[in-house]
Amino acid sequence: MDIQSCVEVRNEWDIVSARQLGRNMAKELGFGSVDQARITTAISELARNIYLYAGRGKICIEPIDQLGRKGLRIVALDNGPGIREIRKVMEDGYTTSGGLGAGLPGVKRLMDEFSIESTVDVGTEISATKWLR
Amino acid sequence: MRIPILKLHEYLLITIQVEMDDQTALQFQEDLLNKIHDTGAKGVVIDLTSVDMIDSFIAKVLGDVVRMSKLMGAQVVLTGIQPAVAITLIDLGISMREVSTALDLEQGLDKLRLELEG
Repeated sequence: MDIQSCVEVRNEWDIVSARQLGRNMAKELGFGSVDQARITTAISELARNIYLYAGRGKICIEPIDQLGRKGLRIVALDNGPGIREIRKVMEDGYTTSGGLGAGLPGVKRLMDEFSIESTVDVGTEISATKWLR
Repeated sequence: MRIPILKLHEYLLITIQVEMDDQTALQFQEDLLNKIHDTGAKGVVIDLTSVDMIDSFIAKVLGDVVRMSKLMGAQVVLTGIQPAVAITLIDLGISMREVSTALDLEQGLDKLRLELEG
């Protein structure tokens, strides 16, 4: 069962589509209502970052199964400007867009695993996993 | 999409029942401030019972509209925040400390009445 689904993010409405897809997949996999909300919120933050900072990109969501351990992985990909100071964007309250600065550190807390790779002028790939308890 | 705002005596009641995109949230902010201006409402209850996700953007819009309404002289109470939403907001690091809240619509109205009359 590794059917990956992706949503192209180009405008604000795509953010809603991405989180609806995430909620449906989380529900199907058997996540409880709190983890469904965590996954949906994490997708919303990642999709908004793509829209705000890269202009366009995509969110891919896939069920994963590692030695019988099931979970859901979210991958956010863009070919935007990249992140110059990754340490800074992982600080609570740091923002360059007038937001709350809760996005990336928030996603890290909402999910179980989190990794970020970014190259200036090339793009950013963020991967976040939630395991089924 | 527009979120309906109901007037009940000197209060405004809003129950958010749609999946909020960014535009709908910002439109609601503007609609509510205009409605406060037009009706002279002293209190507002925004019921979030049907909302199953609040991300940092929607949290900012809600927090802002509470502060904006206060500037105009109206008190706002948020009601019905679901357990899963409360948990994710705190995970995100958003405590909405300065925002008045209540368990449900009924307690929200009681709270407004106390704040406005007491």
